[in-house]
Amino acid sequence: MNTSPEIPAAQPESSPARILKIIGVGDAGVSLINTLDTVEFAGATRVAINTDGLSLASSSAEVKIHLETKLMRGMGTGGDAERGQSLAEEQFSTLKMACSGADVVLIIAGLGGGAGSGISPVLARAARETGALVLAFVTLPFLCEGNRRSKQAQLSLEQIKAVADGVICLPSQKAFKLIDENTSLLDMFRQTGGLLVEGLRGIWQLLTRPGLIQIHFDDLCALVRNRHSESSFAFVEASGAGRSREIVEKLITHPLLDEGRALTDSDAVLVSLVGGTDLTMAEVNRVMEHISRHCEHAQIIMGAAVDAALKNRLSVTVIASKNVAAPELPAAPAGDLVGPVGSRGGMGSVGVRATPPAPSFSLEQREQALSKSAGRSRRAAPKMRQEQLPLAIVSRGRFDKSEPTVHKGEDLDIPTFVRRGVAMN
Amino acid sequence: MFDESSIIVGLEIGTSKICAVVGEQGADGALNIVGLGQARSRGVRKGEIADAALVEEDVRNAIVEAEKMADVEIRSVYLGVSGAHIRGFNNRGVHPVVSADREISRDDVGDVVKNAKAINLPAENTIIHAVRQHFLVDGHGGITDPVGMLGARIEVDMHVVHGNTNRLQNAIRLVKGLQLKVEEIVSSGLASSLALLTSDQKELGALVIDIGAGTTDYVVYADGVIKHTGVLAVGGDHVSNDLGHGLKVPLSRAEKLKLEHGSALVDEAMTGRTLTLTNEHGLPLKTVNVEHLQRIMSLRLEELFQIIAADLESAGLVDYLRAGVFLCGGGARVPQVAALAERILQMPVSIGQTNSISGLKSALDQPEFVTAIGLAKFGSLKSRRADGKTSLVQGIKSTLHGFLRR
Repeated sequence: MNTSPEIPAAQPESSPARILKIIGVGDAGVSLINTLDTVEFAGATRVAINTDGLSLASSSAEVKIHLETKLMRGMGTGGDAERGQSLAEEQFSTLKMACSGADVVLIIAGLGGGAGSGISPVLARAARETGALVLAFVTLPFLCEGNRRSKQAQLSLEQIKAVADGVICLPSQKAFKLIDENTSLLDMFRQTGGLLVEGLRGIWQLLTRPGLIQIHFDDLCALVRNRHSESSFAFVEASGAGRSREIVEKLITHPLLDEGRALTDSDAVLVSLVGGTDLTMAEVNRVMEHISRHCEHAQIIMGAAVDAALKNRLSVTVIASKNVAAPELPAAPAGDLVGPVGSRGGMGSVGVRATPPAPSFSLEQREQALSKSAGRSRRAAPKMRQEQLPLAIVSRGRFDKSEPTVHKGEDLDIPTFVRRGVAMN
Repeated sequence: MFDESSIIVGLEIGTSKICAVVGEQGADGALNIVGLGQARSRGVRKGEIADAALVEEDVRNAIVEAEKMADVEIRSVYLGVSGAHIRGFNNRGVHPVVSADREISRDDVGDVVKNAKAINLPAENTIIHAVRQHFLVDGHGGITDPVGMLGARIEVDMHVVHGNTNRLQNAIRLVKGLQLKVEEIVSSGLASSLALLTSDQKELGALVIDIGAGTTDYVVYADGVIKHTGVLAVGGDHVSNDLGHGLKVPLSRAEKLKLEHGSALVDEAMTGRTLTLTNEHGLPLKTVNVEHLQRIMSLRLEELFQIIAADLESAGLVDYLRAGVFLCGGGARVPQVAALAERILQMPVSIGQTNSISGLKSALDQPEFVTAIGLAKFGSLKSRRADGKTSLVQGIKSTLHGFLRR
């Protein structure tokens, strides 16, 4: 951590000394990077890779790569990841060229379909071979998109994890909690897409803003790498007087953090705060205090930066990694609902199947979630306690009603010979 | 008959018995024990009050008995406290000497002691004792009185004993409810060590282990000062409970077996020996294996000493204990307990003798009464200091006046 003596005026354009490439893969990825066409992301080269010429044609990316063979007959991968993968292997040199020259490659893809799931792992490998740091930013499909897609997505995710420096994965299913039931399908994808951009922006800020307390890309990678874990992230913003409190509330109720559960369960958390010039230490402190209270067991990496453009807003990005072997994905999909939604709609122009940020919860909803999460953490605590095996119930005799004498995890009220397993007969 | 101020009473509310010791402080300052009252304790578990009504009755009985024996009226007591919530640790306070001539004044000493006591205790805890170990002036250690020395920085090492405020107040309130004034509360381990150790032994380094019924308190002295204290909520009750569980006999019977046939080491001669338990009519009820009985006891006591040994090891104090280990409390009565402790602690172990007091000696020199005698001794040292005659307990400083008056 280095602290610069004076506040650097954060100019997104001037800050990245390293060359960044954002590569969108597949329909979802391509349409997503289209939305990244803002000043903030001007420092990076956007590359679109797809097997579908149509989506590329409408893309605003600086570089477009159309992967095509005769076998496809212009039909794309048809949702088959294997086909996407073999195609990518075939065009490996093209992919490598696309990544060349970059210091950091950010791969954005919606997993589950043919192009995203198939190409992304190969692309990650190609980028790695060019010597760039690779961070993959992927989404998992909705449950209703069916078994096959989630299996493909899982497989692909594992492959990406194996080669990329870091993977941040967002199960789209969690977005359901964010969005009103009656939202039309189109709106749903649009909204979730918009939210994802917010999240990306948070990560972007992490990487490019000159920080007062800098988070290096290495920190980010170290957090998400080699943990065989699912990282969840959230990006929230608030403004005004009570902004630090609002931030904390939003984080705790955030659906992408499982309403704070992700924080409690995580074993590594990265927090980045970006505020206007009026950002105070007390605010940083308050936010950090609450976050660390929620994740007692986690290693916390913290960064802070000042951006004059934010005025009186405070934005916080949280990436939480937990060491869980199996990500919580489709146990049993409810029937094969592969209709227009699954096969094409999911990958269509609005097919951003991912989701982050600030849910606009009503006050009661938030309070409800807050109390829920509080109750949960209280209930989560006894989990740590060593349980007594049902077969070895030893009466505590005269100490039944007194406070147990626990020394280094042993209940000394239980007879020593019982604990040491000395047979008496 | 007696001038009231020269009467000092130590009251110990123990897990198995409640004991009040009445001491008379002579003109030369020596403490003479003139009375003792005790009652079986029924409402205490692991050194802490579980049933206040029963305890109140028992305390009253003990006090009345002590009053009768000493022929005095008891108005105030020094109260012994114990329990797993009591902890000790060492803390260092620093204070810069600001006077122009760099001479350390009494105020500087007061400030540095205050700094050493300003520690981060949990909100619900109170300091019971803060004992000065030694001063350092400009980093040079081993100074007992720095007043008048020259230096830029003065530091002090203190041993702080603290406990849960509410649980301490439970005992204080109960005693106050009997119209007795609590002069001060004293941790049981510290009181025992005061009664047992001579100043030579404190200088050499000694460990006092007070094995009570509910708790085991231990105190380490080295270089004349308290280095370490600990309370373990394991004691004679645990031994009885283990026996009751292992031999499948009721607790009262287990207690009796412990007293009659117990041993800290398994006696080889007892191998295969059995005892026949009889009911009140003399009919045989059950047979128990003596070897098992002793093995169960031995394992429990062995574990107790092992925990203490591990604690001393981690505190790095094992090499300081040149005067050895002194046992007291009811647990010290267990046959062979010194031999067992010697085997585990790897140093000479003896049963402590309360040498430093006079009075009803033969009746009092019992390991069970050590704590109560130590409490009276604490009081006598305290009042002697207040008289300004000597300053033997200079290091022991009360922090509880305000606390007691709450």
